[in-house]
Amino acid sequence: MAEEKITKAADTEKAAKLADPVEASMDIATQEMIERSHKLGIDTVFDRAVSMKPCNIGVQGICCKNCAMGPCRLPLPKGGIQGEDTRKGLCGASPNTIAARNFIRMIAGGAAAHSDHGRSVAEVFMAAARKESDAYKIKDTVKLLAVAPHLGVATKVEVDGEEKDRDIDEIALEVAEKALNEWGKAEGELLYLKRAPEALYEKWKKQGVLPRNIDREIVEIMHRTHMGVDQDYRNLIKQGTRAALADGWGGSMLATDLQDILFGTPSPLQSEANLGIMKEDHVNIIVHGHEPVLSEMIVAVSQKPEIIEYAKSKGAKGIQLGGICCTANEILQRHGVPPAGTFLQQELVIITGACDAMVVDIQCVFQNLANVAKCFHTKLITTHPIAKMEQDNVIHIEFDEHYALQDAEKIVRMAIDNFSNRGTEVMIPKYKATQIAGFGVESIEYHLGGMFRGSYYTLNDNIINGRIRGVAGVVGCNNARTRHNEAHITVVKELIKNDVLVLTTGCNGIACAMEGLLTPESAAVYCGPGLAEVCETVGIPPVLHLGSCVDNSRILLAATEVVKAGGLGKDICDLPVAGSAPEWMSEKAISIGQYVVASGIYTVFGVTLPTSGAPVFENYITKELEKLYGGMWDIEPDPIKHAHLMIAHIDKKRKELGIDKARERVMMSMADRQALGL
Amino acid sequence: MSKLVAFAVIQGGYKVVSTVEGELRNALESYSADTKIGFGNTAYYLPVIYSLTGMKCETLEDLKKPMEFARGLLPPHVKNKHHLPYLGPLLDAGMAALFAYEISEAIRILREPDFYTFTEEPDIDAGKIWVGPADDIILRKRGVEFVDGSAPGFAAMVGAAPNAQIAKKLVEEYQKRSLYIFCAAHHNGTSVAEQCLEAGMQIGWNTRIVPFGPDISSAIFALGFANRAAMAFGGVKPGDYKKILLYNKDRIFAFVNALGDVGTEWAVAAAGCVSWGFPTLADTDIPEILPTGICTYEHVVANVSPDEMCEKSIEIRGLKVSVTEIDIPCAFGPAFEGERVRGEDLYCQTGGGKTQCTELCKMAEMNEIEDGKVQVIGPDIPDMKPGDRFYLGIYVQVAGREFQTDFEPILERQIHHLTNYIQYIMHIGQRDISWVRVSKAAVEKGFTLKDIGVVIHAKFHQDFKKIVDKVQVTLYTNKEDVEKLTKRARAEYKLRDDRVENMRDEDVDTFYSCTLCQSFAPSHVCTVSPERTGLCGAYNWMDCKASFEINPTGPNQPVKIGECLDPVLGQWKGVNEFVTKASRGTTTHYNFYSMVYDPMTTCGCCECIAAMLPGCNGVMTVGRDYNGDTPCGMKFTTLAGVMGGGASSPGFVGHSKFNITQGKFIKGDGGLLRMVWMPKILKEEIKDRIMKRAAALGVPDLYDKIADETVGTTEEEILPFLQKVGHPALSMDPIVG
Repeated sequence: MAEEKITKAADTEKAAKLADPVEASMDIATQEMIERSHKLGIDTVFDRAVSMKPCNIGVQGICCKNCAMGPCRLPLPKGGIQGEDTRKGLCGASPNTIAARNFIRMIAGGAAAHSDHGRSVAEVFMAAARKESDAYKIKDTVKLLAVAPHLGVATKVEVDGEEKDRDIDEIALEVAEKALNEWGKAEGELLYLKRAPEALYEKWKKQGVLPRNIDREIVEIMHRTHMGVDQDYRNLIKQGTRAALADGWGGSMLATDLQDILFGTPSPLQSEANLGIMKEDHVNIIVHGHEPVLSEMIVAVSQKPEIIEYAKSKGAKGIQLGGICCTANEILQRHGVPPAGTFLQQELVIITGACDAMVVDIQCVFQNLANVAKCFHTKLITTHPIAKMEQDNVIHIEFDEHYALQDAEKIVRMAIDNFSNRGTEVMIPKYKATQIAGFGVESIEYHLGGMFRGSYYTLNDNIINGRIRGVAGVVGCNNARTRHNEAHITVVKELIKNDVLVLTTGCNGIACAMEGLLTPESAAVYCGPGLAEVCETVGIPPVLHLGSCVDNSRILLAATEVVKAGGLGKDICDLPVAGSAPEWMSEKAISIGQYVVASGIYTVFGVTLPTSGAPVFENYITKELEKLYGGMWDIEPDPIKHAHLMIAHIDKKRKELGIDKARERVMMSMADRQALGL
Repeated sequence: MSKLVAFAVIQGGYKVVSTVEGELRNALESYSADTKIGFGNTAYYLPVIYSLTGMKCETLEDLKKPMEFARGLLPPHVKNKHHLPYLGPLLDAGMAALFAYEISEAIRILREPDFYTFTEEPDIDAGKIWVGPADDIILRKRGVEFVDGSAPGFAAMVGAAPNAQIAKKLVEEYQKRSLYIFCAAHHNGTSVAEQCLEAGMQIGWNTRIVPFGPDISSAIFALGFANRAAMAFGGVKPGDYKKILLYNKDRIFAFVNALGDVGTEWAVAAAGCVSWGFPTLADTDIPEILPTGICTYEHVVANVSPDEMCEKSIEIRGLKVSVTEIDIPCAFGPAFEGERVRGEDLYCQTGGGKTQCTELCKMAEMNEIEDGKVQVIGPDIPDMKPGDRFYLGIYVQVAGREFQTDFEPILERQIHHLTNYIQYIMHIGQRDISWVRVSKAAVEKGFTLKDIGVVIHAKFHQDFKKIVDKVQVTLYTNKEDVEKLTKRARAEYKLRDDRVENMRDEDVDTFYSCTLCQSFAPSHVCTVSPERTGLCGAYNWMDCKASFEINPTGPNQPVKIGECLDPVLGQWKGVNEFVTKASRGTTTHYNFYSMVYDPMTTCGCCECIAAMLPGCNGVMTVGRDYNGDTPCGMKFTTLAGVMGGGASSPGFVGHSKFNITQGKFIKGDGGLLRMVWMPKILKEEIKDRIMKRAAALGVPDLYDKIADETVGTTEEEILPFLQKVGHPALSMDPIVG
């Protein structure tokens, strides 16, 4: 039957161009699967990228379709702007207004995605705090106690004049209430903003971008970008900033914190990555999307002895879980479940013929998965009420946190039952790499000095003494318009070669894992001598995996810890750090980029930015924003140049801090010690 | 390769913890669980465990908790391939082993109570060379040297040098730099301490070579000393582990020298020391850890030869020490101050009651003297025979544009320790009761009396360059010259004493601050007035004044006292303002003359602590050299623990011994007549001054009315005595109004 389908698919698209596997991806497993897809006549994103070019006007960001008088398209003239820029839409909207409106609508989309994810977690958290769920519990009370004060929740109570520890359930309940309140409270400002360095908070205050609540800022973007409202790109991006901050320092950060409390704060662990983690003789269940709420339950269920027995009764040797995108990263960080691949490999997982079920939740899920799944035995299961697919072969099992374990078990059993439906066409690439993942703000602190002396100062000291040149956050998606993973890997390798420590999240993390960069051994191979020495001392890889894309909030907090540890300035914008998303594609990336920039970090995007059609606006976000926030955007598709822009910025910051020269060894006399003060 | 270090350290951690668990199990089988354990006279229990975890171990049973804690700290072993991060885990393993070592030492002391001497000096003749943990008296006495900088740090030397001569040379290098040398552990059947003995050196706290113990576990005493310093002088609270360890990193300049094969048990101890910021330098080829962070600079440095060990250690710890290079045949430095010249080592001597030995420092006109001129008038050492007693008059003339006659006694007082700093020379006393003993070793080295003059000239220039331009020293050894000088000196002494005695707080408009110990007790601010000398006993008003003249930006700053807010309790507006600023707002005001109402802050280096005894309507005071119980219910060391670190504690105050007989001593609370109890040792030490002061107060027999421990050590015990002798305090107004 599969064969019949395959021929049919091949017939209908015989005119389509096919991707060259080697040009499409640098990863051999991916190349093998693309080749296989061609043999089977199944089209993948790689092929579609060859046959369909991006819209030349949309790519410049100056297509306005916000009212029915348009769409108005204001492409740059062939020879560029000569003299005054007279382009305007029917209403007179300038290219700057159009590009800025489109840009912050992308922010709204991204911030909404992260924050709605956060809200779902907060709701599950509330159910757990209320003890309405058997499946979800307050697991990490240490983290709960650490988070509570930031939400203004007391952890101590006074009983008869004596200070005592407050009941943990009571704390959890109040944290849940306070957290949920952040999405829609009527007054005040987001509580987490005060976690930022004081100088940064004051800067936001001065610029008038302190978010009031998470939802409101997104709604306001939609309002302001409606026909005929805000028509000043500076004012538009200001609101974009406010919504982005509500994502990074709000929705995303809450998602991370509450997930940690529910499922455990990650600590370093060993795992693997790439398609080779799938096992021919096992039931392979691939989870894909972004929320760990369901996948946590799938992890729990698939470890139950009776379920494993059930799998064995169906002829499998066991159950192999794997992940794609950030759902993968979530369960990797906490349980060591290996990612099967990045965003661009989602179709390929099914093309192995060994995927017995693919369970998807939200975000970054290709609709074409259903078409590919149709060619195999794979059950494609959607689970979220807000994320369904039109194709008939897609099964929807709506996930309810109150019946979490039952739902998860139903899904796992369905996958097991499907094992015997596999055809003969199984072909799993042999390639996989070992990785050490599971880093976070807390575990990095611990590993920099142990239980007694753990402190970011150890990192700072090695930045000051020049062993580490700086720190880069390299994050983000894949983009089929570039060679899969190449920019990710090239940028990261170039950075670590130049002694820049890399923090990674999202698909960059998976890409680095596939390339073996997340092993401690890679330090000696790829790093400059200084970084290699520090990695050797601490026993860490040169690239630290911090988790999913909502976990970019961990990068913000890590940067804050670095500021607090001292010696590198008073604000995040003083630090020798830079951000990067070499292969970005989603609106979430734009939201992340904007909050990172507004937090003071120079951030370079690969591919392109939808701003080139509005040079004044582009200049504003790539140059002028630095004056307001200390950080700004930059665009560089060439990965080596991209990395060197970041390094140049890091060097500029080192110079400003006065640590660009070799540090002198200060010998302390008694008088020096007396001058230490308190 | 740090991975190898991690591997060894974590393995060592398991080994040490398991071994000590066995020791504890055995001990619990042989002794009842409530058997008392401890490190002798200390208020800090097992100090490393207490300081870092807050756990108070008093019985064998109590050791179980830290033992479990140590076990819990042990991380998983390091995998060979694709390992997890190991820096944090290896430091935790180090800490686990150190806790275990401390428990092990407590068990050793329980099983062999005589294993250690618990004294400053070992008992070599009895074959007992290990002194064990320092008690609180030693801690306070020696701790002060860390506070004032006379001891910049310590070298923890484990193992043994290739031979005794190399050990001696290295240890002397540290002594010359005034560092303490804490010795533990064996290598090749010997240890640095034993090698020092073999090389004829004196060991013990007095010469700064402290033979803690024969095993690596004994190294824990060095860390216990450091952590107690943090609590006693730094006011860091037990259990605040991060603060204690950072205090050590920033303020206690210590490091480890690993001499010999570094096995897993040494490695794990060295790893533990890293958490204190104490790096390890080894003379063998071990894996290095060079990146910085936990320690100020490198963490582990290998292959250091004995010749460069001292310089390299100091450099890696980031310590600045100045070696005083003076052109004399003997070594010179504070570490030699405590060295004694015993009978069998003696070559010749002066003073000590048999012959006259007198010292006098006088100001001279610039054109009157010749700088650097050192003369010996009369016979010098080469003219003497073994066993000779000779006369000596040391006459120092100082000229300087900024010099004042007030500074004469301050400089003169230096002669004692400066002479003592010369290796193989011993100096006791001062003024006209000095006593100098010259050892055979000194004579062999070629020492002559002229060298004393050379030292005085060099050091006066070095330490007092702001006020000293010219120094000329004349050493008289003819009897008649010495007698002539003595006669003149005695007249000078009288004149000076009268001047100081008669000085009143009311006579001056400036007091002096003393923040010397802020390096250790960051929130403590001393203010010194003519009638309230510093509580450490080391600084009076005149010293502070001179110190300010010498170093205008130094720890002694003039404080304009301004408006007097309370003449009875002794409070001034200007002083309050200063105190607020210098303590960063921690203390906003205090009284000079009261211990009941807002007394001055106290730091851990005070000589005595006075405490109110409401039941006797009086006060008591206790000095740091008395370790028994007192009527206030606390021993000195407990008192100091409660109040040290810069707290102002109503009902208690730290003060110097000298201050007891000064006119303003707790005058606001009734003065010296309130004194109802003192330990005998202190009472006798200042007997003459008490008699004099009491007479001036109209109670000439007060001395006999003050109770001591022979009368009792509780208020109930001493009250009947006070009533019987009719102590004046009983008839005074209630002490608390």
